[in-house]
Amino acid sequence: METIWYALVLFVLTAYVVLDGYDFGVGILSPFVARQERERRLLREAIGPVWTGNEVWVIAGSALLFLAFPKAFASGFSGFYLALMIMLWLLMGRGLAFELREHVDHALWRTFWDTIFFLANLLLAFVVGLVVGNLLRGVPLNASGYFFLPLWSDFSPGPLPGLLDWFTLLTGVMFVVLLALHGASFLAMKTRGELQAKADALAKPVTFVLELLLVAVVMALPSVQPAFGAHYAGAPIGYVWPLAAVVVLVIGYVSAGRQRPFVGFVASSLLVGSLLVAAAWGIFPNLLIATTGQANSLTTLNAATDRTGLESGLWWVPPGLLLVIFYQVYIHRLFAGPVR
Amino acid sequence: METALQYDRLQFAVTATFHYLFPQLTMGLALLLVYLRTRDLLSEGGHYHQVARFWTGIFALSFAFGVVTGIPLEFQFGTNWANFSNYAGGIVGQTLAMEGVFAFFLESSFLGLLLFGESRVSRRTLWLATVLLWLGSWLSGYFILATNAWIQHPVAYHVAADGRLTVESLAGLLTNPWLIWQFAHNMTAAVVTGAFVMAAVGALYQLAGRHPPLAKTCLHTGVVAGAFASVLLITPTGHESARQVFEFQPVKGAAFEGLFRTERGADLVLIGQPNMETMTIDNPLAVPSALSLLAYDDLYAKVKGLDAFPPHEWPDHIALLYYAYHIMVGLGTLQLAVMGLALAWLWRGRLFTARWLLWLLLLSVPFPYLATTAGWMTAELGRQPWLVYGLFRTEEGISPLVHSGNALFTLLGFLGIYLGLGLLFVLLFLEILRHGPTETAVVQAGS
Repeated sequence: METIWYALVLFVLTAYVVLDGYDFGVGILSPFVARQERERRLLREAIGPVWTGNEVWVIAGSALLFLAFPKAFASGFSGFYLALMIMLWLLMGRGLAFELREHVDHALWRTFWDTIFFLANLLLAFVVGLVVGNLLRGVPLNASGYFFLPLWSDFSPGPLPGLLDWFTLLTGVMFVVLLALHGASFLAMKTRGELQAKADALAKPVTFVLELLLVAVVMALPSVQPAFGAHYAGAPIGYVWPLAAVVVLVIGYVSAGRQRPFVGFVASSLLVGSLLVAAAWGIFPNLLIATTGQANSLTTLNAATDRTGLESGLWWVPPGLLLVIFYQVYIHRLFAGPVR
Repeated sequence: METALQYDRLQFAVTATFHYLFPQLTMGLALLLVYLRTRDLLSEGGHYHQVARFWTGIFALSFAFGVVTGIPLEFQFGTNWANFSNYAGGIVGQTLAMEGVFAFFLESSFLGLLLFGESRVSRRTLWLATVLLWLGSWLSGYFILATNAWIQHPVAYHVAADGRLTVESLAGLLTNPWLIWQFAHNMTAAVVTGAFVMAAVGALYQLAGRHPPLAKTCLHTGVVAGAFASVLLITPTGHESARQVFEFQPVKGAAFEGLFRTERGADLVLIGQPNMETMTIDNPLAVPSALSLLAYDDLYAKVKGLDAFPPHEWPDHIALLYYAYHIMVGLGTLQLAVMGLALAWLWRGRLFTARWLLWLLLLSVPFPYLATTAGWMTAELGRQPWLVYGLFRTEEGISPLVHSGNALFTLLGFLGIYLGLGLLFVLLFLEILRHGPTETAVVQAGS
């Protein structure tokens, strides 16, 4: 039962990173691919109808975590206090930059919000990577299951780390590159002509950088978090996830430049998704790994609410999510095809 | 520890109060938009289409601010109130997750469709999307209020072996008796807000002689909806909500009425200043026995005053609570008077030329905002010292390791950001009004 909920929460949060990830990516790329007003308008048209719907997945994900694993929600959210508050402010800046840009017809006004849009998306991608890095590395949980991370301590992933250390910096940068690639493949699908060519041309070099960063993260992981991989050893079926990531990475690389934008976008979506699931597979059954000894870790068992709560939630969460997927697919299809 | 508690409380109060200014308008406008889109569907010619588009633009502006200021509230349960989240997550997690899954997705997804899809779908689909938008926003209100109703009046819970709470029945959670009147009262207040804003925009255009057809439709719709909703706001929804307080939370009722001593045939204080030293009301203007009548339908009923309860169960800001309640009730009455007058003049066919009344409608637009804010202050200040009424005290709920320096840091951050956001909203609202409905493309693309 707890495992089903772990999968559900993971599914929703992964959906969030995949969906809002391309919005972040488009924002990161915006100053590089869209210099003229006409191109910027196309970027807006591409993500305009869907970005609020995408953002809701993070609300749903955190709420499901709250429902199923209140202890992990309480501990994780208070422990990542600074990261999450900064993320909130960035989400505000990103959303408002998008919504308010067209309200005043003046070049200075638009430049201001374009800059906010770029910076907020860049930092959001970085913060998402930072949090993933922290979850992989583990956090200094105390005996009662709480922790608080300062922004940084000594930049090394020891028993008392900060949010920022060399490893989480690495994952943060990796996510910026990963989501930039995802945004490029989205743009290549949603645009035509010069803009598409620019987005497409970015795919190969960005993929190359991403591969280097990915290799670095994977190499560093065993020293940063020795417990990672215990679950892989116990349940080797999980190797399909990193394997899938490699396969779609290759597919994406090959399809770039061949006028197969839809394949490229599906590949980058699966890449983001399979990497997150691969990371979660290595952590499972932990939700939060303690750097202070395994006894302090929060797992699916000691962080879950009781059985009646989990069971009553199962009655409505999966049907509700299916309904959401149904109409979000409808809206995505309605706006499918290149923007003009 | 104590200061962290104060900053945590203040931060939630600031972020929740500021956030609610936006959904308060969007929930009310959503219903009025359904009306406008229906008229559009049933009529020939583009008049109602144009009016609906204009208000969809204003809706979108308010919605965008509502979305960005709403996310911090959900996050704060975990960030600042970790002990509470751990204690009650089995319950409030359910209702908050329902809000995300059933309501917020619906609103966000279909607003995108309405704003960007106008050229791609039929008028009927636009109507349907508006109905879903309304449904989403009211469902969102329902689940959020279900969460609040539960901390006001906890039901359908079960204490597990480790002391944490779990849900006993989802149906019980969603049919909390507290919730029914609270939802009706809040949605009515939202409609009053939407109606006042719509009428004020109509009044502004009418006074300025701009867009006369749009101005008349706005005035007509706003005044009719506003007058009816202002009545419903006072009775039955407001009246029943207050009676519920005397039934379930008598100490809150005593504090907000300024009733320091238990009385038979208690007076209803209309104005006066609570004096916490002498435990009396200074300069009172009161209606004899009216409080007994309103609370218990009996002129001679005994109403418990604060002295009937031990001081550690009293709310911690009694004077503020008293004023919040009296401001809410006073403005609610004033709203009814303004809208009643406007409806009478509309009936006689003289509203559009009565400049003094148009000015009054225009300048009344802050009332529903102030009244609703004061109403929430009444509900939440009056809930103190409890976080979950009767079960869990506020000071027990905070995050154990988030110290006061961090809480103050983010509180100051929110204050700064929200000051900027508030200014921006006003600026952009005025910009929409300046452009007016003819250049709808600006509103359209911008939101």
